[in-house]
Amino acid sequence: MSSLLQDLLNLNLSESTDKIIAEYVWIGGSGIDLRSKARTLTGPITDPSQLPKWNYDGSSTGQAPGEDSEVILYPQAIFKDPFRRGNNILVMCDAYTPAGEPIPTNKRHNAAKIFSHPDVAAEVPWFGIEQEYTLLKKEVKWPVGWPTGGYPGPQGPYYCGIGADKAFGRDIVDAHYKACLYAGINISGINGEVMPGQWEFQVGPAVGISAGDELWIARYILERITEIAGVVLSFDPKPIEGDWNGAGAHTNYSTKSMREDGGYEIIKKAIEKLGLRHKEHIAAYGEGNERRLTGKHETADINTFKWGVANRGASIRVGRDTEKEGKGYFEDRRPASNMDPYVVTSMVAETTLLGDH
Amino acid sequence: MSPLLSDLINLNLSETTEKIIAEYTLSGPIKDPSKLPKWNYDGSSTGQAPGEDSEVILYPQAVFRDPFRRGNNIIVMCDAYTPAGEPIPTNKRHCAAKVFSHPDVVSEEPWYGIEQEYTLLQKDVKWPVGWPTGGYPGPQGPYYCGVGADKAFGRDIVDAHYKACLYAGINISGVNGEVMPGQWEFQVGPAVGISAGDELWIARYILERITEIAGVALSFDPKPIQGDWNGAGAHCNYSTKSMRKEGGYEIIKMAIEKLANKHKEHIAAYGEGNERRLTGKHETADINTFKWGVANRGASVRVGRDTEKEGKGYFEDRRPASNMDPYVVTSMIAETTILGK
Repeated sequence: MSSLLQDLLNLNLSESTDKIIAEYVWIGGSGIDLRSKARTLTGPITDPSQLPKWNYDGSSTGQAPGEDSEVILYPQAIFKDPFRRGNNILVMCDAYTPAGEPIPTNKRHNAAKIFSHPDVAAEVPWFGIEQEYTLLKKEVKWPVGWPTGGYPGPQGPYYCGIGADKAFGRDIVDAHYKACLYAGINISGINGEVMPGQWEFQVGPAVGISAGDELWIARYILERITEIAGVVLSFDPKPIEGDWNGAGAHTNYSTKSMREDGGYEIIKKAIEKLGLRHKEHIAAYGEGNERRLTGKHETADINTFKWGVANRGASIRVGRDTEKEGKGYFEDRRPASNMDPYVVTSMVAETTLLGDH
Repeated sequence: MSPLLSDLINLNLSETTEKIIAEYTLSGPIKDPSKLPKWNYDGSSTGQAPGEDSEVILYPQAVFRDPFRRGNNIIVMCDAYTPAGEPIPTNKRHCAAKVFSHPDVVSEEPWYGIEQEYTLLQKDVKWPVGWPTGGYPGPQGPYYCGVGADKAFGRDIVDAHYKACLYAGINISGVNGEVMPGQWEFQVGPAVGISAGDELWIARYILERITEIAGVALSFDPKPIQGDWNGAGAHCNYSTKSMRKEGGYEIIKMAIEKLANKHKEHIAAYGEGNERRLTGKHETADINTFKWGVANRGASVRVGRDTEKEGKGYFEDRRPASNMDPYVVTSMIAETTILGK
């Protein structure tokens, strides 16, 4: 890129104006497509309550008819903009009709209700989400680093691997890591995955509704970075058929009671409640998950609910530390990479804290 | 580009001299157009004067900070006159300025917000950036406000333009990716009266300078690609003092009625080639039809739900094409709604 263009992109406006740019981000009609647009405001802005509502053309995103197209954006969480920097911000929003009703694809609204239920709030639910994703070449839907018209060597060398023949796309992963930390997201780590061209980042621990907000903005930042890098981001749970791992969004979870002495018993009771609602959870854990949850490639079969300590072939895995200390957290390994974190986190909280069994 | 060349372009002259560059060299700093000398150019090279009497005089009208040269350097928006002091035929600003200085218009403080759409084209073929050579991208749907290398083409230009305009002092209020891939929009406003036209023209100038740097071509054609692809418009949001006050919604409805009665005259002045764009499809109203509605993107004039709810506000004239002259459109709307009977 021309350095002249770079100079303009890097202009530090706080030297010449108190105006800031706010990029409003929302989830589109498919439930996994992210959209955004920017507006100028007077800064600095430190809290979502200082931000005005906005609106967008829902008829262009499959969320409203053309003759009544306005969908209203409510700002819910603010992050620093790693692309524009300065005092500029990213704003995670959810979508409502002009009458104030959440539109059907707005899963945050219901999640926020669950998280503000006194029984849930009292338990301070923590979430750590392991987001897996695949990088695809732009011109052909084939993973980066894979030979055109062919396959790389079988899985084995790639998990946490290094080297030009084992790690494909690390620049994107590392740029994303720093960008998220800059933005104020609780990104806790990254690693190369078992399938070459596949990576993972983790967000957490995050409390309640913020887990969903932070994961969606982390996904947005990731897609902006892949856009810059000229590669395509895929959250498909089984991007390549055959002896290749799928992509999940394992959700680690604990409540106050689970983190205290005697917590292991609470954990076992919670897992039992999840076992009784396996079908309902699976239905909400991401489209296409049946191609991924086969019982092979470190998954449990989609129709089976089983849990175990240190068992990566289980639906729920409890870490050895948790077993040893008698308290801690557990990992729901069922969600697909394209799950909606608002849905999954609130459902796990609802089933384990608000269910009656 | 060579780093040496880049260093020279970025020399901060204010450390060594009081001279500034205003696309010519003067003593600076200068913020007020009245402090700038008139100038002239060869009108026979721009189709604005005959060869044997080619001088056209430039009157400085608005000053902005130069985002390319930075320091104390400026960009000056001008309009053009004959040596005898008459506006040349292509000078639409002069007449607009007259409309905007009419006391009835001045007292109504007309505000404008213009949504400028534009398409980025590859430099060597007249085909949008990001589109495969000899083919088409997937159908419209994923691109509006989209993110990702397969959905957003040319964001660097858009973001560089946003900051450059804010730096220059233009009231740029936002940007978004548009429905057709390779098409984008920026909004200028709210701007009062004649400044809406000045700011939009300078924003267009800055945009074309940036696409020049990026090696892509800028198009304001209202229907760059035939078929099931959106056109490009310059929707014009408008309000007067009375519309912004209690009871303003009634004033708005009366204004819309006046616009309806002069639909043909407005359409004739709203940009060349608009008939290829205003088909009744792709979020437009048919060019021969005038209709208005709340939240209706298929109408000629759209009123926002907020305005309806609060009983005051503004409305959006969706008819102007992306290649419209903002001096013409803004002054015509003011004239029809405030000075018309």
